[in-house]
Amino acid sequence: MTDVPSNLPRPVGPGAPSAPQARSLLIADARTRRRNAAEKRFRLYGILAIAVAMLALVFLLFTILRDGSSAFVQTYAKIPMTIEASIVDPQGNRDPAQMAKVLTTSYGKILQDSLARYLDDNDIVVEGLGDKDIQGFFSAQGRADMRQAVLADPSLVGQVVEVPVLTTSRVDGMFKGRVSRESAAVDARTSVAQYDLAMALAERGDLQTRFNWDFVTGTDSSDTRPESAGLGVAIIGSFYMMLIVLVLALPIGVATSIYLEEFAPRNRLTDLIEVNISNLAAVPSIVFGILGLAAFINVMGLPRSAPIVGGLVLTLMTLPTIIISTRAALRAVPPSIRDAALGVGASRMQTVFHHVLPLAMPGILTGTIIGLAQALGETAPLMLIGMVAFVTTYPSAPPQGFFDPASALPVQVFNWTQRADPAFFERASGAIIVLLAFMLAMNLLAIYLRRRFERRW
Amino acid sequence: MSMMKMTASALAMVAASATAAAARDNVQVAGSSTVLPYATIVAEAFAENTDFAAPVVESGGSSAGLKQFCEGVGANTIDVANSSRPIREAELATCKENGVTNIMEVRFGYDGIVFASDINGADFVLTPKDVFMALAKDVVVDGKVVANPATKWNQVNPALPDQEITVYVPGTKHGTREVFEEKVMAVGCEEAGALDALTAANGGDEDKGEAACITLRTDGRSVDIDGDYTETLARIDSNKASVGVFGLSFYENNTDKLKVATINGVTPTVETVAKGEYPVSRPLFFYVKKDHIGTIPGLQEYAEFFVSDAIAGPGGPLSEYGLVPDPELAAVQAAVAEGATITMP
Repeated sequence: MTDVPSNLPRPVGPGAPSAPQARSLLIADARTRRRNAAEKRFRLYGILAIAVAMLALVFLLFTILRDGSSAFVQTYAKIPMTIEASIVDPQGNRDPAQMAKVLTTSYGKILQDSLARYLDDNDIVVEGLGDKDIQGFFSAQGRADMRQAVLADPSLVGQVVEVPVLTTSRVDGMFKGRVSRESAAVDARTSVAQYDLAMALAERGDLQTRFNWDFVTGTDSSDTRPESAGLGVAIIGSFYMMLIVLVLALPIGVATSIYLEEFAPRNRLTDLIEVNISNLAAVPSIVFGILGLAAFINVMGLPRSAPIVGGLVLTLMTLPTIIISTRAALRAVPPSIRDAALGVGASRMQTVFHHVLPLAMPGILTGTIIGLAQALGETAPLMLIGMVAFVTTYPSAPPQGFFDPASALPVQVFNWTQRADPAFFERASGAIIVLLAFMLAMNLLAIYLRRRFERRW
Repeated sequence: MSMMKMTASALAMVAASATAAAARDNVQVAGSSTVLPYATIVAEAFAENTDFAAPVVESGGSSAGLKQFCEGVGANTIDVANSSRPIREAELATCKENGVTNIMEVRFGYDGIVFASDINGADFVLTPKDVFMALAKDVVVDGKVVANPATKWNQVNPALPDQEITVYVPGTKHGTREVFEEKVMAVGCEEAGALDALTAANGGDEDKGEAACITLRTDGRSVDIDGDYTETLARIDSNKASVGVFGLSFYENNTDKLKVATINGVTPTVETVAKGEYPVSRPLFFYVKKDHIGTIPGLQEYAEFFVSDAIAGPGGPLSEYGLVPDPELAAVQAAVAEGATITMP
């Protein structure tokens, strides 16, 4: 109400007693009402904006969880498998070298024969069931696992084992709602008979759908066996890259910030550096990929598809973020702290390392973690340095592991969305869930550190 | 101060890496996204059945793969380039310039290219002529060259459905595009008798006439897809009245969502492509840098394993996935075994 002019002549005499009341604070005049309405509208816009953002987030999370949560469970069949000596050891002399010559494809016959025998023994009759349906019931991963088990322990030859074996993605899809009896009829990769067989076996309790750790720990797999594809290599690859980024970007970034903020004279050169740092933060990430290809692979001769190159590229990308947030954190430390330290005779370096840096630490850590989270989700720069690749072996332990081929989490999402088999769609969404979980964990850590250590003046 | 030590040790680590980089024990593959699924199947089986390290397979398209392949010789370059088309003269020239002179060309099978639409949509019985008349930029009407006027399929051929023309075609970076142009557009152009008119319209220059034959219309009825077949599938899913161009193996994996069109009355299957009845097919290749054999462990074995009967032959995992086996696989196997290289320009 400060804008009410105070030097107006007060109305006097009879006939004008109502005028002061019109100016009462308790009765809103037209102008106040307008201003109040404007404020109300503004608040409404704000709430609306938040609502839209929340809706988008809920929609995103809902679709990802809906499509991806099924990737964490998988259907296994548990029936007795007879490991025929005639298939796995055609020479009959149990020579591991000879047995290793039998390719995984031959092991398919063991699974196929065992299932056919099991159906006979238990009088399970499915109309129109052909050899192809039985053959296509088990995952190709089942053969590979069986071969590995037999080669590791040749005494299994001739035995009957009962281990859970992965079913193909189509059979698995029948229990996840992806494949219906109608869609099975027109699907070249499955059939109505196979659908009926799966249902008959499920009724007997021979099929079980259970939590699938292999999705998190396993390796990627080819298009013929989406049911066994896992994120293990990608998680390790991402972890190695984050480790490299942390070890390189944090010290370099913090040192740069401290020098620029606390020691550097203000001149053209430092201005130029500052402008460049701010600019770098806005450079599209693919540019760092091109730089990485040219500098680290072609000039330095580092291997393609290796976490070391990915880590170095992401370090360059993360540096500006860390420098900017670190400088902001240093600037937020009040000058009185520095003055006090200098006043009792501390050197400038002592001032920085004993007082300013510890106080700025929470801000620095938060900025670093947010920078890391950003780097974790980056795909574009990795494409050019060969990280968007099909890798099926785990990298070894560091430091050698930094040079072994590896994948990365966002890259795995990208890879799986391109595959022909619809089961990979579910896997891609599942991988997004894992990626989001990691991001959430990192952001929560950032918030915790800020809350725990932040000081206000 | 510990920070300085950390930085120093980190830098030392990077420096040490340069020495470690020289050795690589896995085969590095890049190239065609059409060949990618086959290459991953082989890589997986190769790692399972041998003692060699698992090959690393990258995608990116035939051209990108061959470009990387021709960058030079050495452990930091790729060993194998997958391609859905033969290597070009210009690419060979680049290779030669960079010292890549011993190249093994391996044809491991064939792939059909199919037209497919939504499973619940209309049936398409196409001929190359229909496709040309529907998609060419310029067509010949009453002896005159005009911009393509067709908007519905039944204007092209009364036997086709009364449906707007929208076709999703692989973009120019895909090897599939070249086959589509050569085996469908160029053939359709001749069948429609448009080649002569288009040549005449380009001042009698036959090369320009042929180029005009394979030029697609740009009014939004032919849409270039630079992504993969999954993108084409998603486009068809959102626009049910459209047709997409796919690889045969992709279609085989998605028969519950797609309905395939016949070409000249032949339904594309592994059998009809193998017999040569289905006209739109192309060979698939991979190229091996012979100079890397002996340096990169498992490279020769990978190439031999790829074309072995158990993998690329009939009934093997590749044909199960949708590859049309090469009828002359034995000759290919012999060529790989003896390390035959292609002659450089």
